[in-house]
Amino acid sequence: MHVHRFEKVWLGAALLLIVGFIATIAYGTVGVGVAMVDDSGGTIDAQAVANGETGTGFDDPGVVRQSEDHYVVYVVARQFQFVPGSGDDPIRIPADTRVTFRVTSADVMHGFSVAGTNINTMVIPGQVAELTTRFDEPGTYGLVCHEYCGAAHHTMGGSIEVVPQSEYDYEEVTN
Amino acid sequence: MVFVDAFPKTSKLVRSQFLVAFVALALGALFGIVQALHRTGVLRVISSADYYTILTGHGVLLALVFTTFFIAGLFAWAVTDSLERELPQRLAWGAFWTMLVGTVLAAVAIVGGLIGAPSILGHALKADVLFTFYPPMKAHPLFYVGAALIIVGSWVAGAAYFKSLWRWRSDNPDSRIPLRTFMVVTTMLMWYVSTVGVAVEVVAFLIPWSLGLVSEVDPLLTRTLFWYFGHPVVYFWLMPAYLVWYTVLPKLAGGRLLSDPLARVVFVLFLLLSTPVGFHHQYVDPGIPEGFKFIAMTNTMFLLLPSLLTAFTVVASMEHGARQRGGEGYFGWLRSLPWGNPAFAGCALAGLMFAAGGFSGMINAGMNINYLIHNTLWVPGHFHLTVGTAFALTAMAISYWLVPQLTGTRLRQRTTAVAQPYVWFVGMALMSNAMHRAGLAGIPRRTAEPTYDEFAFRAVGGSVAEMRLQIAVGGLLLFVGAAMFLWVMAATWLAHRGGQLSVNSDIPEPLSGPEHSPRVLDNYRLWTAIALLLIVIAYGPPLLGMIQNGLFAPGSPPIPV
Repeated sequence: MHVHRFEKVWLGAALLLIVGFIATIAYGTVGVGVAMVDDSGGTIDAQAVANGETGTGFDDPGVVRQSEDHYVVYVVARQFQFVPGSGDDPIRIPADTRVTFRVTSADVMHGFSVAGTNINTMVIPGQVAELTTRFDEPGTYGLVCHEYCGAAHHTMGGSIEVVPQSEYDYEEVTN
Repeated sequence: MVFVDAFPKTSKLVRSQFLVAFVALALGALFGIVQALHRTGVLRVISSADYYTILTGHGVLLALVFTTFFIAGLFAWAVTDSLERELPQRLAWGAFWTMLVGTVLAAVAIVGGLIGAPSILGHALKADVLFTFYPPMKAHPLFYVGAALIIVGSWVAGAAYFKSLWRWRSDNPDSRIPLRTFMVVTTMLMWYVSTVGVAVEVVAFLIPWSLGLVSEVDPLLTRTLFWYFGHPVVYFWLMPAYLVWYTVLPKLAGGRLLSDPLARVVFVLFLLLSTPVGFHHQYVDPGIPEGFKFIAMTNTMFLLLPSLLTAFTVVASMEHGARQRGGEGYFGWLRSLPWGNPAFAGCALAGLMFAAGGFSGMINAGMNINYLIHNTLWVPGHFHLTVGTAFALTAMAISYWLVPQLTGTRLRQRTTAVAQPYVWFVGMALMSNAMHRAGLAGIPRRTAEPTYDEFAFRAVGGSVAEMRLQIAVGGLLLFVGAAMFLWVMAATWLAHRGGQLSVNSDIPEPLSGPEHSPRVLDNYRLWTAIALLLIVIAYGPPLLGMIQNGLFAPGSPPIPV
């Protein structure tokens, strides 16, 4: 089989590009520690979530203070709101602390994405999505359901208020 | 001899398939412009709740019906013309009618949602579940039955190509399979392997569940079966475009394909690598261990290889053609290409846009940067370049060359045809660049009202209002482009026969012919076996993990739309 010299050079460059991409992603995972959403959240009964009978933090969703530097936020997504998050019930967390979101659905598939950041997960009934992050900058961040979830999907947004640690009301959250 | 005179039976079949494809294109384009204007707030003729019905129609009609029918027609032509024999008619027509019945059932279920949803068979006649139909959102059972019939019909269409090849094989035991047939058969093998996922999802789970025979399905498992098929389907759209770019485009440019063997290698790579990549659509899904996502990521990255090789060959073949026409210089040869020939211009512009789409696809494939753009407007920005341009514009362009051969009439409304690919190109450039940028700002896809009470999006460079304007103007140009194409087709189709056809249907030999390629390339058994092995490696363990606690658990009951 005859392969032209330019074709060989191109082939080599293409392979180099591909291996380079894989290497940067591997470095991101192993070196920098960019974590993926995976199966660490475990499974859950979606109907129990809907009825508030799971025996977990999802029965009374909100912010839980795990330790001085670690907060866990339980969020239930349902047609067509985040609890907490939507309307006049924003998710309130202190800046520059470790925050773990645990998100699940009470009905259909939803999305959970913080606009303009890489905090982004699918919310699948029966599964708990778990992701840990840190907000350095205080401010209001937009929360979006990015998976079509029914006729009023476009109303399903919310917000996260990141407050400087000095102004954070620790009494508000469950210990 | 013109194709219609040499193969009148298959010509009629191809015409029928194209007719359905073009009707789907017309309706899909209409739904598209309604959405673009609604979402950008320019003109609102529907309610925001109906937006999702329109969106479902747009996705199903264009991504499933237009593509599948056009491909079935193109492949029927490619196999018949390169093997020089009519297709087995009963099989081929059986496929056509199966696909058509499926299309009508699915369309009835979708349109039912717009006209007040009467109840049929005890279920509300609605199907606004979008092209991905994720459970537990439930459509009318007819929608799932229709989708299944379209897939089954495409399988039967493939059987007709295989039967034709077997007959040719017994007459020509020692010849190499002609390139176009080789490409069709490789594509169909990939299609058989990959559609198993969606067939199992729909037939084993969704149809019984939507009828109430099964009370719950596992949303993660069914979603995984969908994406097992959901990325390969992209290659089912692209490989026919590649068939055109490899076999007809070089000739339209005035030259010859560089290498037949490398074209075969590219198609074999697609057969091997297309399916074990679906998890890259599930990078942000809970319930799937990181390691399996990593395996899918490496496979996805290697799948760039056949497309990068294609970029080289297609550009080099165009350059060869341009130099045959007297083109000179490093870039000066570009001027010597036949930019006034709509078939050539459409294919070349489609290829150019595909390069841009390929780059945004590389971002999508990146496991960690995908988090920034997953399910944002970036994604439709990306696939309007790949499916909506690389495939759709190539399909339209090649129709300017192929339809006269199928009808025996000259291409009419030539001025409109010449301008059409450029209108599409400009419209898509405006719409997709704005969509990509909106995605970076976090604006989601699949929503009728991308503004929220709780906060406002912040654009990086430019403003949200300017992006919206670009999407509206781009969408309008695309609608005009589709209308121009359909106008040319209608005029050509309905014209009287007579006079010389201006197209020349001969396809010149490649510079390096099939005799230079190793025989092992034609060994379909071997390649299919390796493809299946790779799929078992990528999908076996995670699927086993999902069904460990039962096929239907953790389960969700249906939630009607």
